[in-house]
Amino acid sequence: MELHARRKLTNRIALTLALLAMSFGLFWLFWILFTTFELGFSSLSMRLFTEMTPPPGSEGGLLNAIVGSLMLVSLATLVGTPIGILAGIYLAEYGQHTWLGRTTLFINDILLSAPSIVIGLFVYAIYVAPAGHFSGWSGVVALAMLVIPVVIRATENMLRLVPNTLREAVFALGTPKWKVITRVTLRASVAGVLTGILLAVARISGETAPLLFTALSNQFWTLDMNQPIANLPVTIFKFAMSPFKDWQDLAWAAVLLITLGVLSLNILARVLFRDKHRV
Amino acid sequence: MSSFRQGTLGDWVFLNLTRSAAIFVLLMLAGTIASLVYGAWPAIEKFGFGFLWSGEWNPPAERFGALIPIYGTLATSLVALIIAVPVSFGIALFLTEMAPVWLKRPLGIAIELLAGIPSIVYGMWGLLVFAPVFAKYAQPLLANTLGKLPVIGELFSGPGLGIGILSAAVVLAIMTIPFIASVMRDVFDVTPAMLKESAYGVGATTWEVVWNVVLPYTKVGVIGGVMLGLGRALGETMAVTFLIGNMNVFGGFSLFLPGNSIASALANEFAEAESAIYTASLIELGLILFFITFIVLSLSKLLLMQLSRQEGATT
Amino acid sequence: MMMNEPSLGLEAQISCRNFNFYYGKYHALKNINLDIYKRNVTAFIGPSGCGKSTLLRTFNRMYELYPEQRAVGQLLLDGKDMLARNVEANSLRARVGMVFQKPTPFPMSIRDNVAFGVGLHERLSKGEMEDRVEWALRKAALWDEVKNKLGQSGMSLSGGQQQRLCIARGIAVKPEVLLLDEPTSALDPISTMRIEELIGELKNEFTIAIVTHNMQQAARISDYTAYMYLGEMIEFGITDQIFIKPQKKATEDYITGRFG
Repeated sequence: MELHARRKLTNRIALTLALLAMSFGLFWLFWILFTTFELGFSSLSMRLFTEMTPPPGSEGGLLNAIVGSLMLVSLATLVGTPIGILAGIYLAEYGQHTWLGRTTLFINDILLSAPSIVIGLFVYAIYVAPAGHFSGWSGVVALAMLVIPVVIRATENMLRLVPNTLREAVFALGTPKWKVITRVTLRASVAGVLTGILLAVARISGETAPLLFTALSNQFWTLDMNQPIANLPVTIFKFAMSPFKDWQDLAWAAVLLITLGVLSLNILARVLFRDKHRV
Repeated sequence: MSSFRQGTLGDWVFLNLTRSAAIFVLLMLAGTIASLVYGAWPAIEKFGFGFLWSGEWNPPAERFGALIPIYGTLATSLVALIIAVPVSFGIALFLTEMAPVWLKRPLGIAIELLAGIPSIVYGMWGLLVFAPVFAKYAQPLLANTLGKLPVIGELFSGPGLGIGILSAAVVLAIMTIPFIASVMRDVFDVTPAMLKESAYGVGATTWEVVWNVVLPYTKVGVIGGVMLGLGRALGETMAVTFLIGNMNVFGGFSLFLPGNSIASALANEFAEAESAIYTASLIELGLILFFITFIVLSLSKLLLMQLSRQEGATT
Repeated sequence: MMMNEPSLGLEAQISCRNFNFYYGKYHALKNINLDIYKRNVTAFIGPSGCGKSTLLRTFNRMYELYPEQRAVGQLLLDGKDMLARNVEANSLRARVGMVFQKPTPFPMSIRDNVAFGVGLHERLSKGEMEDRVEWALRKAALWDEVKNKLGQSGMSLSGGQQQRLCIARGIAVKPEVLLLDEPTSALDPISTMRIEELIGELKNEFTIAIVTHNMQQAARISDYTAYMYLGEMIEFGITDQIFIKPQKKATEDYITGRFG
């Protein structure tokens, strides 16, 4: 009887600790979101979207950084997605039993979690240093390199979920393999691949480290991708570390914009994926 | 006849297109390693292996050693893991065995959202919101409790400034928890229901089932998840840069002291490095970081692959 | 060729000559000799793992998708070696269609499902394609149920309708042979009955080979039956004879339910 009571007690303690751990995790999420919303919303104004980032001590907005971020992220997604989808197709449809396929799959999973700052160093070495200056394009290259592994992973995973019976049915009609893939299997996994792309966009929207040595930042308005280009993450980095109240407020507003963007992308991706899998 | 040609030509083009994309990924990795080695070469040549254990980081004198950033990287990551692993285990336990079905999904998503928040947000929040609170309440508390113990008391001594290795580690832990917790949850879920049911069937409590059945069965995957978290923590840049204090001088083993990590040294100093040897030394730091994370992440991947193979063998 | 045929007017569409098949080292089909006659239904029966599906999947070279699978021996389609290197699998498959155990609608509209295969092998105008789709759906006895919703996803149909859609998709290409791999095993009795009726009509235009684990089905719908066991062709003949007085003891044991 005593043994029984002790086992029950151990169980109760363990489960209480698990409950505490869960609350611990949620606590930080809510704290961070609360601060972000509180400070972000109070710094939010129309000027953010109409004025440029200011010099120290004066007021301004985030227009150039917002536009710069949108350009960097969308171009990087446009560059990285096709490569990622193609490589993902190779891994799932051609390369399962080849040396190249297995090695790439392994390496890709490592690149997925590799430090992004090192990617920044790499792009600095191959692009910025030879060109002699920081530029928007180099930032695009760095971010695209972060998009590729995420898209590969999603494409490969989703194609693997397509049942082989479906593939055989397409082949049975005399379809060449490339049409089997592009017209049926890829189509059957489109929701999953799209989810992967959205998650990749979410990931690079907040990436700062690889932009420090590539796109850098720019206080002024420019659409010239051969120039250093303003973007939200690096602006936050610069402004948050500064002693100026105006700059910190702008940084909070920028943090709010990024957090809202990233969280809605995450949620959108999940909703999209779930709807597809309910059918 | 035309469909014959179109078919085979299309197949040939498509195969080679996708294959080049796969090769491109390998080239990305090879290129990264090659460019880091090439860029670091002047420093490797000048300092040799001594670079790894020299604690001097002196740009004006052009003398560089990696010990302090390496120490900062490892210290923050290990302390972060000490906090994150038990918490993640608790979260995974809660999500797989305790949470009512209708709560599992929203809670799971909440934890994954924690992983989705960009690190720059953690950094800014950590510096401006968390650090002052940490300095005011947590650090005095730690100094008066753990700080009084022999030996480990050393780790919690000195003035709590809010920024330093410990606060960087705490924020790093918060960022790492979702990664480890979701891997743990996923591997716990692969435990065959029959195995768990038979344990419950002989009257085991939830805790006993998790500790004696689920955990041993998924051990390899759990370690893989922890390694994944470690890999992420080692390379984390922005949050640490905001909080670690960026101090290149070793002042003692207290975790309250500021320090530097490899990633934050790069983030702070690279764009401003003037001399060639300074740049090369920073690139060598990057090379070391890449090397360490590569090994940790490879181990993680191998362990997780072993779990899925084991799962494949039993089903 | 016709001269040698018996009075029944039988003409072989597919012939196996000393045909063997391997999964890696495993010898799955042993020395198969068999003729599948034009515009007849040939059923393959036998216990699971006897190789009946394996044999069927060689008739359209489906096994080529898996590198470890290998065929040795002769397989003739209309007297010509169909395994020859210069015969391209895709053009072969246009002549030999296949329907699978589980319905496999493609993730596209009903119309596109039927038109998909046609578009691969023929250039048709939009009107011609519409006609072909209708023709195939009518042949598959599905037209009346779907004619008002051709634009809807093929996945939205019921299981039995999906399987008839797959049959329509197969015959839309106008193949000579239709291979059916346990086409009713995932369906309810009523859908099964409809498909069996359909097979009875389709044999007027197509040569049909069907694998089934249901002996009554084989007896009901086939003209010829092949009984296979452990990768060997034990007995092959006119269905009525196989079921009423089989030549071999093993066949009799199986069909009377004493075995398998």
